[in-house]
Amino acid sequence: MPSPFEYAPAPESRAVVDIKPSYGLFINGEFVDGHGASFKTISPATEEVLAEIAEADEADVDAAVRAARTAYDKVWSRLPGRERAKYLYRIARIIQERSRELAVLESLDNGKPIKESRDVDVPIVAAHFFYYAGWADKLEYAGHGADPRALGVAAQVIPWNFPLLMLAWKIAPALACGNTVVLKPAETTPLTALLFAEICQQADLPPGVVNIVTGAGGTGQALVGHPGVDKVAFTGSTAVGKAIARSVAGTSKRVTLELGGKAANIVFDDAPIDQAVEGIVDGIFFNQGHVCCAGSRLLVQESIAEDLLERLKARMSTLRMGDPLDKNTDIGAINSGEQLKRIRELSEVGDAEGAERWEVACELPTKGFWFPPTLFTGVSQAHRIAREEIFGPVLSVLTFRTPAEALEKANNTPYGLSAGVWTEKGSLILKMASSLRAGVVWANTFNKFDPTSPFGGYKESGYGREGGRHGLEAYLK
Amino acid sequence: MSSTSTILDPAFEDVTRSEASLRRFLHGLPGVDQVGAEARAAGLATRSIKTSAKEFALDLAIRMVDLTTLEGQDTPGKVRALSAKAMRPDPSDPTCPATAAVCVYPDMAGIAKQALGTSGVHVAAVATAFPSGRAALDIKLADTRDAVDAGADEIDMVIDRGAFLAGRYQHVYDEIVAVREACHRENGESAHLKVIFETGELQTYDNVRRASWLAMMAGAHFIKTSTGKVQPAATLPVTLVMLQAVRDFRETTGRMVGVKPAGGIRTAKDAIKYLVMVNEVAGEDWLDPDWFRFGASTLLNDLLMQRTKMKTGRYSGPDYFTLD
Amino acid sequence: MTPSNARIDVRKTYKLYIGGAFPRSESGYSYEVLDSKGKFVANAALASRKDARDAVTAARKAFGGWSGRTAYNRAQILYRIAEVMEDRRPQFVQAVSQSEGLSAAKAGGVVDEAIDRLVWYAGWADKITQVVGNANPVAGPYFNLSTPEPTGVVAVLAPQASSLLGLVSVVAPVIVTGNTTVVVSSYDRPLPAVTFAEVLATSDVPGGVVNLLTGSAATVGPWLAAHMDVNAIDLTGVAGDTALATDLEVAAADNLKRVRRAPAAEPDWSLDQGLEPMTAFLETKTVWHPIGV
Repeated sequence: MPSPFEYAPAPESRAVVDIKPSYGLFINGEFVDGHGASFKTISPATEEVLAEIAEADEADVDAAVRAARTAYDKVWSRLPGRERAKYLYRIARIIQERSRELAVLESLDNGKPIKESRDVDVPIVAAHFFYYAGWADKLEYAGHGADPRALGVAAQVIPWNFPLLMLAWKIAPALACGNTVVLKPAETTPLTALLFAEICQQADLPPGVVNIVTGAGGTGQALVGHPGVDKVAFTGSTAVGKAIARSVAGTSKRVTLELGGKAANIVFDDAPIDQAVEGIVDGIFFNQGHVCCAGSRLLVQESIAEDLLERLKARMSTLRMGDPLDKNTDIGAINSGEQLKRIRELSEVGDAEGAERWEVACELPTKGFWFPPTLFTGVSQAHRIAREEIFGPVLSVLTFRTPAEALEKANNTPYGLSAGVWTEKGSLILKMASSLRAGVVWANTFNKFDPTSPFGGYKESGYGREGGRHGLEAYLK
Repeated sequence: MSSTSTILDPAFEDVTRSEASLRRFLHGLPGVDQVGAEARAAGLATRSIKTSAKEFALDLAIRMVDLTTLEGQDTPGKVRALSAKAMRPDPSDPTCPATAAVCVYPDMAGIAKQALGTSGVHVAAVATAFPSGRAALDIKLADTRDAVDAGADEIDMVIDRGAFLAGRYQHVYDEIVAVREACHRENGESAHLKVIFETGELQTYDNVRRASWLAMMAGAHFIKTSTGKVQPAATLPVTLVMLQAVRDFRETTGRMVGVKPAGGIRTAKDAIKYLVMVNEVAGEDWLDPDWFRFGASTLLNDLLMQRTKMKTGRYSGPDYFTLD
Repeated sequence: MTPSNARIDVRKTYKLYIGGAFPRSESGYSYEVLDSKGKFVANAALASRKDARDAVTAARKAFGGWSGRTAYNRAQILYRIAEVMEDRRPQFVQAVSQSEGLSAAKAGGVVDEAIDRLVWYAGWADKITQVVGNANPVAGPYFNLSTPEPTGVVAVLAPQASSLLGLVSVVAPVIVTGNTTVVVSSYDRPLPAVTFAEVLATSDVPGGVVNLLTGSAATVGPWLAAHMDVNAIDLTGVAGDTALATDLEVAAADNLKRVRRAPAAEPDWSLDQGLEPMTAFLETKTVWHPIGV
């Protein structure tokens, strides 16, 4: 046949979003100008400037924290749980109603495929608000004491990999528990947080309950360091997490940290092989590998390593990379030039250390930030690409012979966020799960998230849990 | 249609020697995790096929249809009408391709052959005491020979699901081999053999994978999901598992085997989902009527309607397509 | 006398709600429903033994699908019921006021409470497991997990006095966990229940999950209590009638139905009802699995 089945472009329309030329800060229920400089947010797929964003300085942060404090004292802490619940349900419903708009905006600003923002991020965001809405009037049943109370004002700093989802993970439980929040989105992905501010307005959420301050590291430091906050919740790099832990030492601020990872995805010889291949692909190439719990270390039993890698490479070759707004795109753009630089650097270290690089042969767009799905074989524990978080679509492949060796290698890392186990033997799954030093263990699946399920790390992957009943603890006393 | 019968693959001599070795082999195949397989199928089903890709897919799908009538009420008139439809699905549009085959009961194979003549549209006949397969082997073989003698180009046989579920794999294997022998014609040619699993009765994906290997080792040219008489018939995840099996079988033996989902595929949208799956799981070599078929009846008219929509830019209605 | 130019209103026929449809009683019987002042309002269908039987069949048929849905989905549907009820709030206020003889303001408070109760239970769909289920630290190399599962088909004799809030307070906790139900409404005050059924029918609740019979708990109740394909029964609706309640409990014992006993008097529905209305109709399933290489 002369005509192969070449998928024609199937772009999702941008018409559903209305990006303003510039955005202010969302403080006390309204958008206000910031005192700091402004910065641009771009589409990482095209480097097109999407909008000018205000950068909050210390005074702006102070105003936001004060607004949150006033809202807490005067309104939110006095509102019965079941009325707080109704606001959260409203927000959940508006997110559902505006889901495509949020998905398109997220893909534009972040570079992730529309398929993921549409089918994963946004539905989980709505579900998260829905779930925590239900807790607002049931806190006394949650097992955190007979008379659980809110902490006060929460300072929340979130990363760029799941901008809206991380916002939901922070804001939904905080509000359900009766706290008010000041949230800083990442400087490369502020747009969905600002649209969320509009959603708060549509929901008639009382002013000051949610405040959004945009900016970079300085804004985050000002927020976390503000004496008026009672709680700090941070998701991001382990280095910054440690800095936050130091900065709150000696204060009464409560802290939860969700940091980096270097998860082992362990495949035994009796694994359901086709599903394992899918799980490996989901584990490391979902969201371009910009996932703190990514299965970035593949540990495969030696007896099947060759076969598995062949299947994996064949599967990787069917991944479609390109326009994030194309409905058939599997791999979108790297979020920023800076991140692309780090991925390239670490990959070059992998080459230099003697690992063998294999990447999908695909044409990279000339504009924007792109990195092809890549795997390194011949990796050993000593290699930097087996130890450091690359935070990109790069998989390091190691082998093992016995379950004990797999465990030893899997746990031999300062991180402990997640792990994967693939085998059809139930008792082995549970043995591995109970011995892995990781906060989430996926068996015969990977990268699954649900509002009812707690998420968070051991060791240098942070402390505290988000999601589920356990996620309430971070916002109650 | 192959001119000579391929010799059964020597690679599997050890495997197919005994009940025990066959069982060891089939149960040694990697398991299929239901949740993962279904998630993968659902993921592929979100592909968005537009414009030129859709035009290509619709025409390919039409060319892959085994236009089927398998009813107690079938008559020569019905089969002739269906054959006419298969040869010219859209009489108003000469660019519309013909279907791959017409699929009938063995007693109608001669009528269909006569009606289809040299059009290139094949006659497929469901033999071996279709759909239940509950008959003695010699009757199944006679049924097959009847159809072959009447001119059937393709034989769609059913496996003995009772034997399969009872673990009597050798029995199932031997029956397939015997039916395959019965497909030979005196002139040295041979009808192609499609082996129907009735996956709705096998129920688990592990069984589907095992049945796929069993049939391929026994020399099936095609593996087929269902008779259409049992629910559920064809599904995307079942077809996924079968596509993985033919892909792996080719990796092992170098021999390609075709796949035919049958029953329950009624819309062009569904058909395109299957083609996406063929493309991304088995690979583009299988995007050909020689290697992938749809067992269907109502599907054809929906494909024609969508085809017309692509050409005219407006939605059509059932009144504008023939009913046979 | 009606002035000749006045519009004559179109009155609603109040019917049963079985399997997602609104049939009249198969018996062809109905009974007069009066308002709190004794004035005729409407004829309600008088459910028969056979209506009860059909309702149980419908509930059983719906059980697999409803209990198999995700808790999240059930939560969304219960919340949807609350949304649609809020939308029809004036109608419910009028119906409650008429049935229970409350002022519009008081009836409004009752309706608000009923809506909020649905919202409260909606939230429980995906939380009850987290509160009453747990991992058990057994002394051995075993993974051991206990989780609640719905009991099955639950017959509910709804309260006689509180025609809407009481009804919602006994129906929502049964269905939120995945049970399906056959409800016998208040005999004297059935109309808010029928309107509630109309809300259910337009709130994405699958047909058969809730089946509503208007009529007498004393007549229909014994058939439900004795029905061998009913797994549990809530006797709230015969509060205070010790003799009848005892008879129903005795009948229920034949297949060891879980019985939520009749209270001495109808509870104060304005209070938090706690977890018991849900846990009464939950089974606990414990799974053991070895841990090893």
